Amino acid sequence: MFKHGLLPLILTYLVALVLMVMPMPASIDVYRPDWVTLVLLYWIIALPHRVSIGTALVLGVLTDILLGSVLGVHALGMVVVSYFAARHFQRIRNFSLPQQVILIAFLVLIKRLIVFQANVFIHDAQFTSTYFWPALTSALFWFWLFPLLRKIRRRFGVV
Amino acid sequence: MKTLFTRGPSLLSRLVLALACSFLLIFVDHRLQAMQPVRMFLNSLVTPVQYLAILPEQILSNFSESVKSQEQLADENKALKKQMLELRGQLQQLQFISNENKRLRALLGSEQRQPSRRMVAEVVAVASEPFSQQLVINKGTLSGVYEGQPVIDSKGVVGQIQDVGSNTARVLLISDQSHGIALRAERNDIRVLAQGTGEIGKLQLMFVPHSSELAEGDLLMTSGLGGVYPEGYPVARITRINRDESLPFAEVSADSISALDRVRTVLLLWPQSAEQAPIFEDEK
Repeated sequence: MFKHGLLPLILTYLVALVLMVMPMPASIDVYRPDWVTLVLLYWIIALPHRVSIGTALVLGVLTDILLGSVLGVHALGMVVVSYFAARHFQRIRNFSLPQQVILIAFLVLIKRLIVFQANVFIHDAQFTSTYFWPALTSALFWFWLFPLLRKIRRRFGVV
Repeated sequence: MKTLFTRGPSLLSRLVLALACSFLLIFVDHRLQAMQPVRMFLNSLVTPVQYLAILPEQILSNFSESVKSQEQLADENKALKKQMLELRGQLQQLQFISNENKRLRALLGSEQRQPSRRMVAEVVAVASEPFSQQLVINKGTLSGVYEGQPVIDSKGVVGQIQDVGSNTARVLLISDQSHGIALRAERNDIRVLAQGTGEIGKLQLMFVPHSSELAEGDLLMTSGLGGVYPEGYPVARITRINRDESLPFAEVSADSISALDRVRTVLLLWPQSAEQAPIFEDEK
């Protein structure tokens, strides 16, 4: 009934969601990586026929619920970057890790710009530069997350 | 084996569909405010995630609790007893003063102040994006929590309830960008409005004239004028005033009194005017 390897897939999403809302000291909290976007981007690049824009939409709505923002705001940002990743997955796979890291930084930045712009439309949000720092930390975490998720994918045979 | 040409709609049409879905969600949720039932359902769906998120912290604090030595516990007990004695002493004074206040108000023929009913709640999750600064607490409609309810902690005002599930509720912090609160300076009764900045624990006062008598270090209390918060709870302290005449208003920044980034237990208030009443577990 379920495709092989559905459980590890869902577990990685769950861990990412938990990490997103885990309470942290304010000084570190500002730099909290965008876990959900990172995990989503990895799976899109690795399994583009299975994880794609639909998953991005669902994860985005879950993010909206967990963060209490207006429904659809994070979904919008994630859908756009996941389209880019799904469209160019073959190219991104052939990038070296540092090249991927630069690309991830841009994708997370674009996602955050979209979320910010949506908030400006909704309630005139003020620009805060701290909101965009996680683009850098997320990218740095890709060095560690990419091999880890690849190991998980191979270990549990997620195809 | 995955083929190169998979079936199903093309990527672009999926993108258009997903974008349409997102825009529709934003429109329905924000403009029509018609998503409350869906929100409640989804909120209870993600509650396990929130409980998982605080699990490590709880385990750690339980662990540090269990490895405390007897000596440490005795010391802590002693300190707490001393603190309790002091607070009891102050409370006696407070009761005397509040009785006196009641009599004086009766003499003046003005409305008497009623104490609020309270309930303790624990923080189970945080959302700390600048556009959504919120806490999730472990009490909901089953405990009598309602939308727009004021929430404080041991030091000052934390925020108000934004939406309620059956067992959890979401608190909008006073430093959220979409949150405004009516305040009064303790020293000279000047009324001001404070809006959140999106940076945790930071507020900005709006429409303050350059000639205002506010000074750095002034304590700001709730004025009770907004209709949400009862009067007289400490909210923030002014940290900086920029009286640059080229700006239309003075720029006044304030720091919240309660440490919003470290709050773990909060008090829910039921003002006397509230229709709802707290439902305590032992009453059931």
